[in-house]
Order: sequence, then C-alpha cells, then structure tokens
Amino acid sequence: MSTLSTNTEISRWSKIWNSNMGYSFRRNPVAIVSLAVFIVIAIMSLLAPLIAPFDPYDPAQIDIMNSEYPPVWVDGSDPQFIFGTDDQGRDLWSTILYGTRLSLMIGLCAVALQAFLGISIGLIAGYVGGRIDSLLMRMADIQLSFSTLMVAIIFLAVTQAMFGSETFNQYAIYFLVAVIGVAEWPQYARTVRATVLAEKKKEYVDSARVLGFGPLRIMVRHILPNSLSPIFVISTVQVANAIISEASLSFLGLGMPPSQPSLGSLISSGFDYIFSGSWWITAIPGVVLVVLVLVINLLGDWMRDILNPKLYKG
Amino acid sequence: MSMLSVRDLTVKFAMRDQNVTALDNISFDLGEGERLGIVGESGAGKSITGFALMNLLSRPGYIDNGSILFEGEDIVQKSESQMRKIRGDRIAMIFQDPMVTLNPVLTIGQQMIETLMAHRKLSKAEAEQIAIVKLREVYIPSPQERLRQYPHELSGGMRQRIIIAIALLLDPDLIIADEPTTALDVTIQADIMELLLELCQSNKVGLILITHDLGVVSQMAERTLVMYAGRIIESGPTREIINDPQHPYTQGLINALPQQTLPGHKLKQIPGSMPSLTTIPEGCPFSPRCQYATDKCRRIRPEIVKYGPAEVACHEVNRLHETQSEEQSA
Amino acid sequence: MKDMSNSPAILELKNLEKRFELDKGFLETIKLKDKRLVREKREVHAVNNVSLEMERGEALCVVGESGCGKSTVARLVAGLLDPSGGEIHYDGERIDGRSRRELIGLRKKMQMIFQNPYASLNPRMTIQQALEEPVRYHNKDLSNAEIRDKVREVMKSVGVDPSWAARYPHEFSGGQRQRIAIARALTVDPEFIIADEPISALDVSIQAQVLNLMLEAKEERGLTYLFITHDLSVVQHFGTRVVVLYLGSVCELSDTKTLFEAPKHPYTKALLSAVPQLKDDKPNHIRLKGEIPTPINLPVGCPFESRCGFADKRCKLEKPRPLKQPDGSIVACHAVEEDRLDV
Repeated sequence: MSTLSTNTEISRWSKIWNSNMGYSFRRNPVAIVSLAVFIVIAIMSLLAPLIAPFDPYDPAQIDIMNSEYPPVWVDGSDPQFIFGTDDQGRDLWSTILYGTRLSLMIGLCAVALQAFLGISIGLIAGYVGGRIDSLLMRMADIQLSFSTLMVAIIFLAVTQAMFGSETFNQYAIYFLVAVIGVAEWPQYARTVRATVLAEKKKEYVDSARVLGFGPLRIMVRHILPNSLSPIFVISTVQVANAIISEASLSFLGLGMPPSQPSLGSLISSGFDYIFSGSWWITAIPGVVLVVLVLVINLLGDWMRDILNPKLYKG
Repeated sequence: MSMLSVRDLTVKFAMRDQNVTALDNISFDLGEGERLGIVGESGAGKSITGFALMNLLSRPGYIDNGSILFEGEDIVQKSESQMRKIRGDRIAMIFQDPMVTLNPVLTIGQQMIETLMAHRKLSKAEAEQIAIVKLREVYIPSPQERLRQYPHELSGGMRQRIIIAIALLLDPDLIIADEPTTALDVTIQADIMELLLELCQSNKVGLILITHDLGVVSQMAERTLVMYAGRIIESGPTREIINDPQHPYTQGLINALPQQTLPGHKLKQIPGSMPSLTTIPEGCPFSPRCQYATDKCRRIRPEIVKYGPAEVACHEVNRLHETQSEEQSA
Repeated sequence: MKDMSNSPAILELKNLEKRFELDKGFLETIKLKDKRLVREKREVHAVNNVSLEMERGEALCVVGESGCGKSTVARLVAGLLDPSGGEIHYDGERIDGRSRRELIGLRKKMQMIFQNPYASLNPRMTIQQALEEPVRYHNKDLSNAEIRDKVREVMKSVGVDPSWAARYPHEFSGGQRQRIAIARALTVDPEFIIADEPISALDVSIQAQVLNLMLEAKEERGLTYLFITHDLSVVQHFGTRVVVLYLGSVCELSDTKTLFEAPKHPYTKALLSAVPQLKDDKPNHIRLKGEIPTPINLPVGCPFESRCGFADKRCKLEKPRPLKQPDGSIVACHAVEEDRLDV
C-alpha cells in the first residue's frame, strides 16, 4: 500500500517536472536563479532566530558602545559583526535577517488579505453580474483612484495620532497588513472578474447549472480553480508591491518602529548617518530589498509568460 | 506534364523531445484545371498539406524532405520573396473562416486593389475595374458599393464570395481551398460550392479542396486523396472511391455516415480514434482500429500501390476484396 | 384546452418567446435619430411564438441554420435562460421562472449534453471527481462505495474504461470527452435529455460512435431526446419527429419520414436540397435568393419571405400561422395553405 502511494507521489512530481511549466522553468536560467535566490532569502529569514548571531529585539544584547562599526571588509571593523552595526549598536546582519522576515511576512499577509477580498468580490461581481457587478466595480474604481500610499499615509497617520505612538508601535504590523491589504484589493477583483466572465460562458458552467448546483458551489468548485493562473501571476507582482509599500511607509516613519525594524525602517534609520560615513546601515538593507523585490518580479514575469492565456491550453 | 507534382513530401514538427512527422512521404499530381479533393479527419494532415504547398509552414513545422514541382519549379527551394510572387498570383488560397481572412479595418475595395497593385503594374482605376469584374463573377450585387464597405457590414456567405473573388483576382492557375464552407450554413454552403465549381470550370483553374465532408468532395472533385495520420491511404477517381472504396478506413468513413444506415438502426462505427502525431503506431497507422488487421499490418507499414483504377496503402486489400464480394454474393 | 393531468406530453412549449436586449445600459439606449435624441431599446428576437409538444420516448430534432434560435430553445427548456414570454411545462408542471431550489427535483429528470466536448468538462477536475459530484449532490444518503459503483457503472455504459477515472479531461480525445460528458448527464438517471449539437464538433468516424451511444442509451433507459442539430442526415437517422426553425419561428413540424419524403415548406425544401449527397452526381439544389433578415428588425410578414421563390404580397404583410396538414405535419406557409406551390 505504501509503495503505491509513493508511486503516485513520484508521478505527481514527474508530472509537474514534465509539464509545460516545468519544462519552461528548466529552460529559463533567469527563473531558476530567481527562484533559488528567493528561496535562500526566504529560508534564511524564516530561520532568523537560529541563524542570527544576535537577537536585535533583546535590549540586553545591544551595547551602544558597539554602534556604527563598519562591515568586516572595511578598516576599523569588528569581526564579530559581519555587516557592521547600526547607530544603536545592533548587529546589522542579524537585524537584516529579522527585518527581511518582517517585510516578507507583512508582504505575504497583506497579499493574502488582498487576495481574499479581491477574489471574493471579483467572483461575486463576475458571476452574479448586473447591478451588484456595477456597484462592486464602481467601488473598485473609486478605490483605484486613490493611490495606495496616500490612503495608507492618511490611515496610518490618523491611527498613530489616535492610539499614540506606544500602542501604534505595538500593533504596527497588523495596521500595515490591513492598510496594504485593503488598499489594493481592486487589482485582484478586476482580474478575477475578467476571468470569471470568460469562464462563465464556457459550457462546463452551464452543465453544472443544469445539474442543479448552487451558485456558491459553481463559483468555488468550478470557476475559481480555472481562474487560478492569472491569480498566481498578479500575486507575485502584488507581493513585491506590498513589500515596497511597507518599506516606503516604514521609511516615512509610519511603519514598523525602530525597535522592531523591517527593511524599510532599517533603511530609514540609517539614512541620517549616510553622510557621516556610515553608508552601510542604509546600503546593505537597501540591496537586500532590491534583490528580494527583483527576484519576485522576475518570477512573476516568467509566470506571466507561460501562463499567458493565449498560449495556455486548458 | 502535370501542373503540380508533389513527390515524397515529408513535413515534420520540431517538438520538445523529438521531431514529429506530420506528413509522411506524400506524393500526388494535379493536371491543369483538375479538381482534387483531400479528405480526412482532424489531425490527418490535410491542412498541413495545403500550407506546405504554399510554403507557408511556420515554426515549429518544416519541410523535411521531398519536392513540390509547380509548373516545373520546385516550391520547396524558393526563397520567401520568390514565394510571395507566386502566392496570390499563381496559387491562391481560401481559408476556412471568412470572418478572419478579411482585414476588418480595410474596405473590400482597398483589400482587392492592394492585392492587384502588389502583383501587377496597374493604375488604381484599372485595378478597381478588375475588382468590379471579379465581384460580378461571384454574383455580388451592386459591386461598386461593396468596394466601399467593410467586411463586418456583409453576411458570412457574402464574405466568402468576396474571398473567392480575391482569390480569382490575379487569374491563378491553382486554388487551394481549406474547408471553405465549414463555417457556413448548409444552404449557403451549397451556393458557394456551386459557384466555386462553376468558376474553376469556366476559368480552367485547378482546385485542391481540403475538407472533412465526403459529400462535398463527391460533388466537387474529379479525384480524391484520403488521408489518415499524415499519410495518403487511398487515392483515385472520386466516383471510384465513393462507390467502391478499397481501404478499410475509407470504407468505414463512408459507412459511418447516417445516410448509409436505415433510420433508427445502429450506425456502422469505426472503433477508437485517430492516433495523435506523437503516438502513431508502428506498421499500418490504421491497424489498431482495423477489423482486418493481421500481424503483418502491425509490423510493416504498407506502401501505396496501384489497385484497379485507384491506389491503396493496405496489405490486405486483395483478401478484403475477396471476402467482401463473397459477402455480397451470399 | 386539454386537461393537464391527462396530457401524455412530457414537454410542452406554449407560445415561447425569447428576446435578448442589445442595448443594456441606459446610455446605450439613447440614439440620435432625425436630429433628435430618442430612447430606443433594440432587441434580438431569438425565439418567436414557438409551440410544440413532445411525447415520452420520442426524439424530437430541432433543425435550422445558425442564428435560427435552435440553441436558445434548448437553453430555455434547460432553464439556463428565462423566457420573455410563453410557458414551458414538463410533465404537466410549469417549469419556467422557477427558482433553482424548486427545480432541483427536475434536474434529476432532465439533463443536457453540450456541443463542445472541450469546454463542457471542467479542466481542473478528474473524470472521477466530475462524475461523482452530481451523484453525491443529488443523492446525499449514498455511501462512498455506492457512489463509486455508480460512477463505474455509468463509465462502463458509455464505453470509457473505469480505470481511467483518475485522469483529467485534456488527456482524452474529443470523442472520449463527449462520452464522458454523456456519462455525467446519465449519472443522475434522467428521463429527458437535451442535446445541443452533441456531435457537430466531432470527426465523422467519431460522430457515428457517439450517435450509437445515444441511441443505445435511448433504448436501454427509455430516454426522451430534444436533439438540436444543423445536420439533416443526422436528423433522418436519429429523430422521430423534426421541427424546422427559421429566424426563431417554426416553419414545419412533422414526422421525420414525412418530412424527408414530402417536405412542404419552401425553406425545408431548400434545406433538404442543399445537403451534399454521396451518390448523386448532379445535385438539384434549390438556390435561395436574397439575404437573411436580421433578427433585430424582424419582418412583419413571413420571416422567410425575402428568400422565398413563392412569396407574394400576403407573405410580406401577414405572418403565416402553423396549420395542420392532411398527413399530420404542421406547416406555417401561406403558399402551402393556398396551394400555390407547384410540385
């Protein structure tokens, strides 16, 4: 029995490996490198508590006397700190690991929220149609006419003023997820609605209706699985966007507090020292951010190319 | 000498892992003004034959071997620019879907005049005159007005007539029509076919009619090729093929038509379906579906050989003929 | 008026109408006409005043050319569209305009087979999932083993090897997919099947297989078919009665045999003469003149008037009513009524 199950397991893997997607992946060095870099970054940041030599959240491990050591390859460094230290004496390497973890988490959670809102709204608008469709899509239009950052800045500034810095800093991560998540749902809603409109015309949906299935079942069991490829594509782009949004907000002082820095707040906190010679506090997290966003976008591009509905045979 | 002579034409498709043979050693001739039908089901390679004759195959498809002699010149060896002079001018092609063939943003007149002026040294007024004459030939009412109309203003049947008129513009020697009426209704299909037949006969134009419909071929073509899985399996005079098919597949195809069975009775079906290009079996490609198949059929690929007035690619054609005539006499 | 409960009809259409709005939003309805803004709603008249009855066990074929409303009739009966007028009765019970819940019982009796086998199966579901779903949905008390047995049985009955159940639709050929689509309709043990051009997307040799399968199912399960097609040779083979539609109106309704031996309506005659025949060298086909009117601005009179060789003034002004002929067929034609057709 167990051999049987491993057999199917293997065949599933070889199926993916031999599918069009697997084939084009193997043939595309950019995609391979991007995925590898992304996985390395993701694993390292996930394992930050194990890998990092210091805990940047633990004030006991921070000594202000260690502040602004340069990275090891620059004169006057301390070999203890590979990438040097920041203005508070935190080990930059550890802080970047923790910060990347925060950035990725906020990005993924925000996109999950966007996807949940956008997919539900898009499915309903596309499947039900008529007035509900018009109403939901006009809501999306209005939402899109505000820039994400503007909405986020206003919302975060107001909440910061309302709850005070202390409470805000404590719950900053949730506020960020909520605001980035809510601000960008129309991207999903529009894409999903468009694919639902196309899928709805296909005969398998009619056949499900003739079999008497309810609208919820048809939407979730039949239409949604066939609308997944565009959802995958925008998800990758949206994760990159969310990470950038989070970094921008943190950079503006509306995001993660300096005591729990994300990549954005790290860049921001180093910005004051960039002219006094301590360039690494800004530059190294900056490079990490750029690389992270770049590989996600490259993966998204590759995915869009091969899931292109014109080339894609369902 | 025949106008078109195709010898050992082999077309392959470059696939991920291997090259797939889409046309396997196709040979046939077409005399001047002769009408030839190519019949087969989807995937038999009949459309690819049409594209290959126009040297229009695009990647991943390519002509691997063989020659296509058109009026003594080998089309396979021609460069793209030389081919462009032949296409439209001496060989014209009519495609299946009239909605797609005409450019929707140009008027009928612009498309016709452009085609004429690209191939002939003509003034615009002269070109327009020719266009009007050709539109009359295909029975289009008030041709002057039509020249100023856009394709979407016309019905499907009218569009297909205009496509035929465009095909005839430069008085070609050969027209290749790939399923020209499949997208049209029966009553209009019959009109278009009659028109095409009439024009080919009066202008002495050769016609290669690619279709899945045996009924259409029986009315249009003098000779017929039956294709299966990229091969010609039977060829000969159309009447012979329809009244006395030799290859088991051709027999099956004709017997499967509802007209051949009494209403309400079970149709005589061919079991299974045509293999895809990647899974063409060894030996005779039809052998897995053939009730007469022997061991030899499964091992050795039959060559196409003369049999009576026709040519057949079947090992068992003699035995078949005997058993069937026995059945009939019994 | 017949008494409903005694009516042998399994399906009855009464003055069925379907119009599709062409201008949907408010802004689209505003047009400039004679230098004045007017509000105008254009509509496509897809089905006009179609009435017919079907008896249990028959196979009624609906034929016509593209745009004649034959698929719309199928979709109206299947409840995929709501009629703009008229009534649909199934087994004496009115079924149009009902909610989905009220019709769940009907779904087990009436099923539909679609034209395109490449689109009528959900590409993300295995065959097993696709076939199990309706069984489970309509028989909530069945155990998993019973459901699996049912699926196996249905797969066998349509000639698809049950061991292929774990595969996805794209791994099958068009003919096999159509078999699976038929199997899916049969999983709920229906008595009435609407088939919308079920074989026109298939190759000739496969068409015969699928037609045979449908005939077999008819005999074994006592099915009643509403069969939509444009292919007259299939009609002759499959149908017990035929309705010829032209621009959404019934031209002729009669037994298959009568229709093919003695067609009456000029359109039916033209349609029959246009079918390419195998053995006949010189087709004697009736050429139709003129263009098909658009279903947006339907003519006042007979819809076929513009292409008919026998049309006169009355045909232009007055719409012919379907009238019963001596041989039992129903024909809507002034020329037939006045006996002007030279035979």
